[in-house]
Amino acid sequence: MNVSLILIILFVGALVTFLSGDKLASKVALFFGLAAAGCSIVLLNHFNLGENISFISQWITKPNVSFALKADGLSLAMVLLTTILTAIITFSSFGNVYKNAKSFYALILFMSFAMVGTFLASDGLLYYIFWELSLIPIYFITLVWGNGDVEERRKAVVKFFIYTLAGSLFMLVAFVYLYQKAGSFLIEDLYKINLSATEQLWIFLAFFLAYAIKIPLIPFHTWQANVYQKAPTVGTMLLSGIMLKMGLYSIIRWQLPLAPAAAHEYKYIFIAIGLAGVIYGSIVALRQRDLKKLLAYSSLAHVGLIAAGTYTLTLDGLRGAVLQMIAHGFVVVGLFYVAEIIFRRYETRVIAEMGGIRTQTPRFTSMFLILVMASISLPATFNFVGEFTVLYSLSQINIWFAVLGGTTIILGAYYMLRMFQHAMLGETNSKVFADVTINEGITLVVIIAVLLFFGMFPKPILDLITPSLEEILNQINRIN
Amino acid sequence: MNTLIAIIGLGVLCLLFEIFNFTKAIVPITIVGLLAVLGLTISEYNSTESYYNNMIVVSKFSTTFSSLFIVLTIFLVGLSHNFYEKHQSKISDYIAIKIFLLAGSVAMVSFGNLAMFFLGIEVLSIALYVLAASDRLNLKSNEAGMKYFLMGSFASGIILFGICMIYGAMGSFDVSDISAMSQSAELPIWFPIGIVLVTIGMLFKIAAVPFHFWAPDVYEGSPTMTTALMSTLAKVVAMATLYKLLSVMNADISESFKIVVVVISMASMTIGNIMALRQNNVKRMLAFSGISHAGFMLMTLLSLSTSAGSLLYYASAYALAGIAAFSVIIYVCKNRDNEDIVNFHGLGKNNPLLAAVLTASLLSMAGIPIFAGFFAKLVLFSQTIESGYLVLVIVAVVNSIISVGYYFKLILAMYTKEPNEEKKATPFVIYAVAVVAIVLNIALGLFPSLVLDLLP
Repeated sequence: MNVSLILIILFVGALVTFLSGDKLASKVALFFGLAAAGCSIVLLNHFNLGENISFISQWITKPNVSFALKADGLSLAMVLLTTILTAIITFSSFGNVYKNAKSFYALILFMSFAMVGTFLASDGLLYYIFWELSLIPIYFITLVWGNGDVEERRKAVVKFFIYTLAGSLFMLVAFVYLYQKAGSFLIEDLYKINLSATEQLWIFLAFFLAYAIKIPLIPFHTWQANVYQKAPTVGTMLLSGIMLKMGLYSIIRWQLPLAPAAAHEYKYIFIAIGLAGVIYGSIVALRQRDLKKLLAYSSLAHVGLIAAGTYTLTLDGLRGAVLQMIAHGFVVVGLFYVAEIIFRRYETRVIAEMGGIRTQTPRFTSMFLILVMASISLPATFNFVGEFTVLYSLSQINIWFAVLGGTTIILGAYYMLRMFQHAMLGETNSKVFADVTINEGITLVVIIAVLLFFGMFPKPILDLITPSLEEILNQINRIN
Repeated sequence: MNTLIAIIGLGVLCLLFEIFNFTKAIVPITIVGLLAVLGLTISEYNSTESYYNNMIVVSKFSTTFSSLFIVLTIFLVGLSHNFYEKHQSKISDYIAIKIFLLAGSVAMVSFGNLAMFFLGIEVLSIALYVLAASDRLNLKSNEAGMKYFLMGSFASGIILFGICMIYGAMGSFDVSDISAMSQSAELPIWFPIGIVLVTIGMLFKIAAVPFHFWAPDVYEGSPTMTTALMSTLAKVVAMATLYKLLSVMNADISESFKIVVVVISMASMTIGNIMALRQNNVKRMLAFSGISHAGFMLMTLLSLSTSAGSLLYYASAYALAGIAAFSVIIYVCKNRDNEDIVNFHGLGKNNPLLAAVLTASLLSMAGIPIFAGFFAKLVLFSQTIESGYLVLVIVAVVNSIISVGYYFKLILAMYTKEPNEEKKATPFVIYAVAVVAIVLNIALGLFPSLVLDLLP
C-alpha cells in the first residue's frame, strides 16, 4: 500500500463524478472525497508504524524523469489537510444548486488530485506538472460558476492565470537548469549539486517568483482579492484553504533546501517582504466593506506571517509555519463558509447590509464568533499555537520583526471584531435569518472541533512534522 | 523508397477513381491506403538504405518524419469529405493533390541529393498553391493563391540559386559528398553563401520572421481545410527539411550562423505572439501563433547533432494540436463568410465536447502540462540550456506567457459568452478526427519516451 492510492482514488473519483450525472454528482464527489480522506488517515497509520509508503517508478528516460511520490511527515500533514478540506468543501456546497453539477464536482476532485500530487511529488518535473495542473480546474471553476459581472470576472481570472503561469514558468527554467547540473529531477539528486552563490541567487529568485505569486506575497498579490471575490465560495475555499498552502509548502520543500546559501544570505529581505504583507493586508482589510474581500485581505496578512516564519530558517519558524498553514486552512474555509451562509439568506456580501443576526440565530452567532476568535489567534485555538511559534522564531532573529508581525493579531482583532459587530450584533434585523440547517451546522462544528482540539493538543501534528522538518533544516544548513 | 512509390501510386489511383465514378468511396479507400503506407513506412524503420545513386536515403530520420506526415494526411483526408460536401464532383482532385503533396513531403525528408530535395519542395509548393486558390469563386482564396504563388516561387528561386552556389563550390549535388568535402579546412566562399540562401528560402517556407509576411493573408484567405494543411503539415515538413539540410551538409554550423538563428528564433516568437494578441480572426491568430511556434522549433538548430528527437516530438505535438483545433474551426465556421472569434461564442454550451477539444489543443500549444506541448517545450528548453543559450530560453518562456493571452481569449469566448445561434448537427468525422488527434496528443504527453526515443 502506498501513497499513489490517494491519487488514484481522487482521479477515478473525478471521472466517476463526471459520468454520474448532475443529480448524483455531489454525493458521489463527497463519497470519493471521504474515501480519499479515509485513505490518507490509513496511510498515516502505516507511516507511523514505520512502513515505507513512498512510490517510485521511472517515467521518461530522456529527460530522466521519475514518477516519484515521497511521503514524509510534512507532506502527509499537507495531504491530510487537502483531503479532509476537500471533503468538507464538497459537503459545504450541498446547499447550493449548480448548473452542470457533474463538471463542477469533477473539477473539485480533479483539483484535489493535482494538489495532493504537488504535496507528494519528490521529482521536480512531476511536482511542476501537478503544480500547473491544479491551475486549470480552479480557472474553470471561477470562470464558469463564479459570481458578479461576466466581463469583470473574465478579467480577474485571466489576470490570475497569467500571473501564476508566468511565475511557474520561471520555476520551470530553474528546474531545467538544475537538471542540467544533476542529470535527474529527483529531489535527492538536486540536493547534491553544488551551486555558486550567483547561481543560487537566481534559482532562489525564480522559485520565489512562482511562490510569491501563488501565496500571494506583496507585491504580487494584486490578483488575489478580485479572484477571491469573484470565485464561487467553493473556489475561494479551495484557493485560500489549500492552494496557497502549495506555495508555502514549496518554499520549505524546494526553495530553501535547493538554494541554502542564498536563503541564508538574503533571509532578512524575504522576512521583510512577508511582514510588509502582514501590515499591508491588515490595513487594507480595515477599510473593506465586502465580507469576502475583507477575508481575502486578512488571509493576505496571515500568509505573509507564515512566509516570514519559513524564511527565519529555524526549526521553530518552520514548525510554526506548518502549524499555522494547517490552522489557517481550516479557519479560512470556515470563515468563507460563514460568508456563504449569510449570502444564502441575505443575498449580499456587503457588511453594512447585515447586522442584527445574533438575536435570530444565537447558535450560528456563537459558531461564527469562535471562528473569528480562532482567526485572531486567541489562546486555546489552533491558530494561537501556530502564530505564536512563528512570532517566537521571529523574535529570536530580531525583536522588531516580532513586533511588526504581532500587528497581525492587534489589527486583526480590530477589523475582525468590528466586522463581527456590524454583521451580527445590533438591533434585530427586519429580514428573517433562518437558523443554520443541519448540513451547515455539521460543517461548522467539524471545523471548530478540529481547531479547538489541536489548539489544546497540537502534539500529534508536531510529532508528525518535526522529524521531516529537521531533515529539511539539515539540508538548509548544510553549507554553514 | 517504397513509401514514396506507394504514395504516388495512391495519388494516381485517386485520379483514376474519378474516371470510374467512385467518388463516394474515395475518402475511405484513400484512408485505408494511407494506413497501409503507414505500416510500410514503420516496417522500414530499422533499415538504412539508399536508392537510385543516393537520390533517396531511407534512414530513421526519414521514416519517423514520414510516418508523422502520413498520420497528419490521414486526418486531413478524413476531414475532407465533410469540408468538400458541396464539391463532391471534384473531390478526387482535392484528395489527389493532398496525396501528391504528401509525396513531396516524404521526398523532402528522405532526399540524398539536392536535386531530389528541390523536386520535393516544388511538388509540395505547387500542390499548396493550387489548394490555396482552390475555392475558385472566392476572391479571397484567389488572392491568397496568387500571393502565395508569387512569394513562394520567389523563395524557390532563392533556394535554387543557393543550390547552384553549393554545386559551384563542391561540384556535386550529392549530400554525402558535400558533407565529406565540407569537413576540409579551406572552403570556397560560395559554399556558405549557398547555405545561407537555401536557409533563407526554407525560412520563408516555415514563415519565420522576417520572411513571414505572406503567412497571415494566405492563411486567412485560403479555404480552412488548406489553412489546416499549411499550418500543420507544410510547416512541419519545411522545418524537418531545414533541419535535415543543415545537419547533413555541415554537421557543425559556425558560431555566427548560430547567432543569426538565435536572433531569428527570438524575433519569430516575439513578433508572432505580439501580433497574435491583436487578431480577431481565428485563422489569422493561428497563423501568427504558427510563426511563433516556428521560432520555437528553430531552437533545435542550435544543437543539431542531438535534437532530432526533440524536433520530431515538438512537431508531432504542435501538428496534432493544430489538427484538433482546425477540425473544430472547420465545424464552427462552416457556411460562414469569416472566422472571427464571434463565431465561437457559446461553443461551450452548444457543443461541450468540441469546445473541450479546442480548449485542450490550445492548452497544448500554450504548453500546459500533461499535454504534449508542455513536454515539447520542456525538452527543447532543456537542450537549449545545455548548449548554453539561457537568454534564448528566458525569451521563450516570456513568450509562452504572452501566448496564453490570445489562446485564452478564444477559450473565454467559448465559455463565457452566450451562443448566438442554435445548435447545429455535428458530423461524426469531425468528432472522430478531433477526438483522436487530441487523444494522441495527450498520449504523447503521458508517454513522451515513445516518440523522444525514436531518434538519437
